[in-house]
Amino acid sequence: MVNTTDLAIAGGGPAGLCAAITASGLGVKVVLIDDNDRLGGQLVKQTHKFFGSKRHYCGTRGMDIATTLEAELGVLPAEVLRGTSVVGLYGGRMLGLANRERFFKLGFKCLIVATGAAENNVLFQNNDLPGVYGAGAVQTLMNVYGVKPGARVLMVGSGNIGLIVSYQLIQAGIEVAAVVEALPKIGGYHVHAAKLARLGVPILTSHTVLSALGKEQVEGAVICRVGEDFKPVARTAKKLNVDTICLAVGLTPLSELLWQSGCNMVYVPELGGHVAWHDENMQTSICQVYLAGDVSGIEEASTAMLEGRVAGAHAAMQVLGPSPEAERILAESQSELCAIRKGPFGDKAACGKARLAECVPVAGVPARG
Amino acid sequence: MHARTYKAKSKVESRKSKVPSSPFGVRRSQLTKGRRIDQHPILTFENSGPIGFFFEGRSMTGRKGETIAAALAANGIRLFRHAEKTGRPRGFFCAVGKCASCLMVVDGKPNTMVCMEPLREGVKVERQSGRGRLRGE
Repeated sequence: MVNTTDLAIAGGGPAGLCAAITASGLGVKVVLIDDNDRLGGQLVKQTHKFFGSKRHYCGTRGMDIATTLEAELGVLPAEVLRGTSVVGLYGGRMLGLANRERFFKLGFKCLIVATGAAENNVLFQNNDLPGVYGAGAVQTLMNVYGVKPGARVLMVGSGNIGLIVSYQLIQAGIEVAAVVEALPKIGGYHVHAAKLARLGVPILTSHTVLSALGKEQVEGAVICRVGEDFKPVARTAKKLNVDTICLAVGLTPLSELLWQSGCNMVYVPELGGHVAWHDENMQTSICQVYLAGDVSGIEEASTAMLEGRVAGAHAAMQVLGPSPEAERILAESQSELCAIRKGPFGDKAACGKARLAECVPVAGVPARG
Repeated sequence: MHARTYKAKSKVESRKSKVPSSPFGVRRSQLTKGRRIDQHPILTFENSGPIGFFFEGRSMTGRKGETIAAALAANGIRLFRHAEKTGRPRGFFCAVGKCASCLMVVDGKPNTMVCMEPLREGVKVERQSGRGRLRGE
């Protein structure tokens, strides 16, 4: 006998949590699956305060948002499977799940894929040496476990993640040798860059990392200036004494389950790579298969939470039929999403989502099998 | 559960080990001395108890509530395995169970993602070469 549920949610980060809270609050039988023991996804390591409006947790640290959301879900009847990975999506609306002890199946009526994104690597010599870490890995190590990733770090990428993690490294007592950025201007918010500049961290625009030095682990790095064509400029190479190279060079949606579902996938560079086509209700080309958060295009936690609410509310209506409360949540969250994407840094995502909307999916295809 | 809180105070733990100095000028002593964050403006890390484990037969100490990867990093171990085709050294990259760069042999079980595996008392952690071998293979 295989267990079934009305709504299965893969991923307990900001998007999955909000989807679960919304749907469960509306009376849907929900199972939330996450491979960590603690919910919150990447919020649990975010020590910085969020921007935006009060409704979007402005002024609150990411890790506190995780605690708040987990507590909100805790009082609802949703079932939470911690330490459990979704290892496959089978035909006939069935998920394969595995924890440390066993493999089991879960049938569902609706599915929300909120699996998030994985960190990108970037091409340079020795980029696989131990000591070359993703910015998220560095955050996990220092902010969750209190372990220093190294003594002196080169940060690659000056987007918000690169700038914020550089600042957090300094807060943890670790030296940041430099931040390099291939583009001619800093990618992230000015406030974050200014904080670093005040601490004397050089932010080198039009610079890139050429190679990591060392045999068994990072023992140095070579950086150089790049031209407008992003090619290294001769005789500008410089050796830095660092033991860690931290990469903050973007994220790629973790779309494996969506590929497996057979839904329409579209390549949209602005959204971070291949994303499943979806409508304004976060529904993919397969009826009742939804997605929310970074897997639907790389943005931020605030939009992930709103997308989660949209998907959760719409899925609830699929299961229980239309209700004024669900429609209210849906409409509100959709309009808030629009508002955020109209902001100064919402351009890229808005552009990506618009490009996605131009594509016409083969709609209503049932799940394979 | 994690050992982190940011209200309670923590006790600082320092450890020393002998590591050869680097040819590139990074003082390894810096790395080996205080790998635990002892002062932080926002967070304090509570030591919720030592956990003894073995790395390549060497006895090491980590903390309750952390992963094997975090415990190894705190002990200055960065090289986790050698890649299958090239034999190149590898450590963790994503630390959240996505990239599979941190596969090690844990209590004889190869391909264990140590960035997700909780540290247990007495666990035997070994570097993995290539795809690893199952017991009896």
